Amino acid sequence: MEVRRELVGDDARSSSIGGGEPVDPRSLRVTRHDSRDLLRGAELLGPTAPSIATKPPGGTPHGGEQTGEDLERYVHERVLTTTLEKAVAWGRSNSFFPLAFGLACCAMEQFQTAGPRMDIGRFGFEAFRASPRQADLIILAGRVSIKMAPIIRRLYDQMLEPKWAISMGACCSSMGVFNNYALVPADKFMPIDVHVPGCPPRPEALMHGILKLRKLVQDDPEAGWRERYDARGTEELPGDGNDRVVPGA
Amino acid sequence: MPDATGLELLAGELRESEDLSENAILGTLHFRGRATLEVEPSSIRAVLAHLRKRDYSSMMSVHGVDYYPHEPRLGVHYELLDMSRVDRVTVKLRVSTDAPEVDSVTPEGPDGPGWPTADHQEREVYDMFGVVFKGHPDLRRILMPEDYEGHPQRRDFPVGGEPVIFTHNEADSRGAAQ
Repeated sequence: MEVRRELVGDDARSSSIGGGEPVDPRSLRVTRHDSRDLLRGAELLGPTAPSIATKPPGGTPHGGEQTGEDLERYVHERVLTTTLEKAVAWGRSNSFFPLAFGLACCAMEQFQTAGPRMDIGRFGFEAFRASPRQADLIILAGRVSIKMAPIIRRLYDQMLEPKWAISMGACCSSMGVFNNYALVPADKFMPIDVHVPGCPPRPEALMHGILKLRKLVQDDPEAGWRERYDARGTEELPGDGNDRVVPGA
Repeated sequence: MPDATGLELLAGELRESEDLSENAILGTLHFRGRATLEVEPSSIRAVLAHLRKRDYSSMMSVHGVDYYPHEPRLGVHYELLDMSRVDRVTVKLRVSTDAPEVDSVTPEGPDGPGWPTADHQEREVYDMFGVVFKGHPDLRRILMPEDYEGHPQRRDFPVGGEPVIFTHNEADSRGAAQ
């Protein structure tokens, strides 16, 4: 499968994406071509491209030879077109890298989601990373004591954007039966995207929570915590001056 | 456990010991098969050293208690075990909140070797009840943050807790939103 990025609309004056001026990602389109067609030499082109494909000897006509409604239908059947943003959200939401991190008894249930009965790998979330630098999902599985809270916040801050957080179990969301001097709710010190209730939640419940998060990332990425906490513009991206990477150091 | 008679014999032996003052043993308690010696706080090290000679040589745990509203309020319990006979005895002492100071049993001293088990457990009793163990090698908080104020397991300490954030009051709560 070949993925081709091309510019559409008014920004189509330059075909090179890597260099030149920065391009708004929303103006990009991703086109997926069927690899068999590419092997047959009939390179598929977008509906606006001119016909350059040659007719194979004795074969069925290819997209390059068709015009009008035939071409439209051909493209509709063979070519998947979407925005780059949606394609990226689809990819991200189907490959969360959770942080291998547990706090208390809820972590036992969290392990079970990776076990054979629930098998978190079915959905592509099985890559538990041991470093927050490689993870984009933190599951707070257990109670958070006020001594642990700064450490968790630091782990969360070390995760790279985009990142999501799931609060698992009653203690982490509302401190459960330990609503006393010892614990803090996770919402007090970091943004949480999905709360999974239960004491502890069964692995099915955690899986449901992760799938809810997947749906949120896929369908409505704008409904994340940045919207709720009015935190647009706090993303740390490379090169925007907020990163502390010193060039050449 | 020593039975009630054995406990009285043990207490009598301690009272007659040359290492201890006469008033070191305040009383005995045998309740539900559990033998307890109540001792004077200043003589705790000597009592434990003597019990170690009687083969109660393993300290299993150290606990703190708040007897509020009874005075003196704070208590420290030492659980000793004789591992060859599987025999346990409890040593209790009481101190007031005005001067909650007890000799630490952790370090070595002129009265014998220390009890390494007591190291972290005395720190926990200090953390939760505010009993100061004199001579402890590293008396810091162990569970609560080191800048925490107060001793949360004392019974006059407020229960605390946080208002639970739900969707309807999320905007009013102090949290990550600010």
